[in-house]
Amino acid sequence: MKLSVNGVMHDVDVEDDMPLLWVLRDELKLDGPKYGCGVAACGACTVHVDGVAVRSCQTLVGDIDGPVTTIEGLGNPSEMHAVQAAWLKHQVAQCGYCQGGQMMQAADLLANNTAPTDEDIDDAMSGNLCRCGTYPRIRAAVKTAAQSLQEG
Amino acid sequence: MGRIGTIARRTFLVGSAAILGGVAFGYYKYKQPVDNPLDDDLAQGEAALTPYVLINADGVTLITPRADKGQGAYSVQAALIAEELDIELDQINVDPGPPSAAYWNTAIAGEGVPFPSTDRGAVAEGMRGFMGAVVKLMGMQITGGSTTVPDGFEKLRAAGAVARETLKAAAADMSGLAVTQLKTERGAVVLPDGKRIPYQALAAKAAEIAPVTDVTLRPSTQWRLVGKPMQRVDMVAKSTGTQSYGIDMRMDGMVHAAVRVNPRKGGEMISFDASEVETMRGVQKVIPVTGGVGVIADNTWRAFQAVDAIEVEWDSAPYPAEQDQHWQVLADTIDTGDADATPRDDGDLDGADATVEVEYRAPYLAHAPLEPMNATVLVTDSRVDVWTGNQIPRMTQASVAKMTGMDADDVHVHILMMGGSFGHRLEDEVVKRATELAMAMKGTPVKLTYKREEDTLQDFTRPIAMMRGRGAVADGKVTAMEIKVASPSVMDSQMVERQGFPVPGPDTTITQALWDQPYAIPNYRVTGYRAPQLGPVSSWRSVGASQNGFFHENFLNALIHEAGADPVEERLRLMTDDPSRKTLEAVAEMSGWGGDLAANKARGVAFCLSFGTPCAQIIEITNGEDGIKLDKVWVAAEVGKVVDPVNFENLVAGGVIWGLGHAINSQITYADGMAEQENFFDFEGLRNNQAPEIFVRGMENRDYVTGVGEPPVPPAAPALAEAIFRATGERPTQMPFGESFDFA
Ligand code: FES
Ligand code: FES
Repeated sequence: MKLSVNGVMHDVDVEDDMPLLWVLRDELKLDGPKYGCGVAACGACTVHVDGVAVRSCQTLVGDIDGPVTTIEGLGNPSEMHAVQAAWLKHQVAQCGYCQGGQMMQAADLLANNTAPTDEDIDDAMSGNLCRCGTYPRIRAAVKTAAQSLQEG
Repeated sequence: MGRIGTIARRTFLVGSAAILGGVAFGYYKYKQPVDNPLDDDLAQGEAALTPYVLINADGVTLITPRADKGQGAYSVQAALIAEELDIELDQINVDPGPPSAAYWNTAIAGEGVPFPSTDRGAVAEGMRGFMGAVVKLMGMQITGGSTTVPDGFEKLRAAGAVARETLKAAAADMSGLAVTQLKTERGAVVLPDGKRIPYQALAAKAAEIAPVTDVTLRPSTQWRLVGKPMQRVDMVAKSTGTQSYGIDMRMDGMVHAAVRVNPRKGGEMISFDASEVETMRGVQKVIPVTGGVGVIADNTWRAFQAVDAIEVEWDSAPYPAEQDQHWQVLADTIDTGDADATPRDDGDLDGADATVEVEYRAPYLAHAPLEPMNATVLVTDSRVDVWTGNQIPRMTQASVAKMTGMDADDVHVHILMMGGSFGHRLEDEVVKRATELAMAMKGTPVKLTYKREEDTLQDFTRPIAMMRGRGAVADGKVTAMEIKVASPSVMDSQMVERQGFPVPGPDTTITQALWDQPYAIPNYRVTGYRAPQLGPVSSWRSVGASQNGFFHENFLNALIHEAGADPVEERLRLMTDDPSRKTLEAVAEMSGWGGDLAANKARGVAFCLSFGTPCAQIIEITNGEDGIKLDKVWVAAEVGKVVDPVNFENLVAGGVIWGLGHAINSQITYADGMAEQENFFDFEGLRNNQAPEIFVRGMENRDYVTGVGEPPVPPAAPALAEAIFRATGERPTQMPFGESFDFA
């Protein structure tokens, strides 16, 4: 089947019911999306399908009918997305394992809400677990990213 | 700060050793030198300057003996070396180093010494030195116990200084100039005319000359890096999704594996039927492993699907099947067992009339780092390679050597970045299972990834613990406090049973953070009871202090309430250690303790000295219609020196969130011999919507340095328990509090 990921079209030969996460990681060798739980309970695997944040561990590849963006497609070290730049500025990460998913979720939030309140942030981000407990910095970084996106 | 000679007596720094194609120097010994682990791998023209600095054509690599599980250990260690080496953090590579006895960890031994960590007197220091020798002999290379900073604080700077001075001597030789005319800056020796010789260009020369070990460490007033905000070396990668972890290991020809091991931990597998599985797409092989069965496939998900489809019959657990039975064992141990140790016995408890009697409980807890356990292993006829994120590479090397019949020298353990640990990666069952699979797949690299469910079900948890307290008050003061605590022994389970290291004497983790608190209560006794082994247990972030901090401080708060005293004032009155007192004064000042609060708000305070670090916390909550909401936490911790304030603040806040999240939401319970919780929907800690605002202050009132990865955890639960008591009139007696109280 055909799959567009980060602007590149791929032909993948996998079962329809393989979760997108494993197509990305093991077939396309994109390691940004992480495996944490496999049951949509942690958010480490979050990617965008058609611009909307989804848990790729619970999205079957056969059900996808839009382009996929992973954290690698959001931005990279030499050209960071505003969310990534804010994450770096606040040095949010500890182990960092959840942060790709956190940033994809935050990018989705900011695409729909240019000035999120604390409550908006809690609502949007609470499905993304951080076992290291970086939540205070996540909140601060989301606000910084919102501001820099507004300033363009 | 003294000269190296002084440091040498305290940390056993020694001179140099000639090696093939170079010289290694500045490493540490106790009586006998330890082989420099870098000797083997050095090519011609490379000089290994101590086990900590390697300079070759690729540039300067700092070999950091402590693994990074998310706490910023690579950066902190790199900064300590770079401080003296005169190189910037963006100019160096960081490598976690091969497993070696040369990287032994002195600071971890300190926790096992029967002296309070505030006691730096001669006898206590002597004992710590002795324990250091014991640890040395076992060659433990362990990242844990908040030891990264204290262990490296002088050693790593000394390593940097020795390397710097030797490079200058090499440059003097080459240029014919006097050493005193040379300077060092940004990874180069600078000649008087401004000409720069990069360290790389001096490597070969430095290898030929005697190392300069007579160096003086710079005073703190001259530090360029230590104590200033830094950008962690892993931060760009971790802010762009480009950091790779053990789970991202990939090699040509690598296959993917999954296992299912008896969830009744330690029980046998009676039989399995994989007839349905072998024909599933991508499945290559089904391989029995210790206590279970594994599948080799061409994709992780296919391996997961296949291993779940195997029908397995499991034998019973080698411990009681039901949770109630586990609690009964603890109660029986306190009632009828012999004491494991009575490390504190002041005054007269037997004569004191108890006015307050309590019983508190702390549950089993999983570690559940977000990156599940994984390991990649390649077995060939001549060597074994292991790639994994792990805090005990030496022990792993020994177990893999034993399993494969190889010499330890032929087992190469490569430590990769870890997506958290919290103590989980002090265990290496996943490497053992991966090795069994790889032995059946000789010549093919096998990556074993645990499903989250497997990770939780197979976890060696924090032990359950039960505390009984009797106490008395008089004239508005706490006058007597007796604590009896029972729990299964982490040392027995982790070190003796699984690693084969005998640990003589009492298990000090059972009474950790109970007996050594800096309070002068006139009648004060702490007794530990070692319960028989139940479910297998292990070290969990802050170890014994994680439950004992709750026990001690919740009880002390109850007694202070009974006395009618203020919990900050009474603690200050009782405290015997000035830096500890200052942490408590700091949180009181930061929070405006004693001020008026709105009717539905309440505050609680707690303190705990663990891993040598005094930490005080005050929490403010709202008791609202949706339940209790955690609003704000003020926290102060005394560490001697904050190496990087930015990372410090993050680690402390994370520790508070860790302590609170498990205190209200989490437990592992057994039914039918298995953990009843298996994934993040039933074991999660704290999420964003419950996380309070956190205000952190680092304290520097001592002349020795301690770590901060674990000490913020223990005070969180008892501070919250006190706030809940003040808000509701009911004092929590067992974690998780969510079982008895509603949280928003
Ligand atoms: S791995 Fe997909 S939500 Fe956890
Ligand atoms: S930074 Fe470790 S899980 Fe979030």
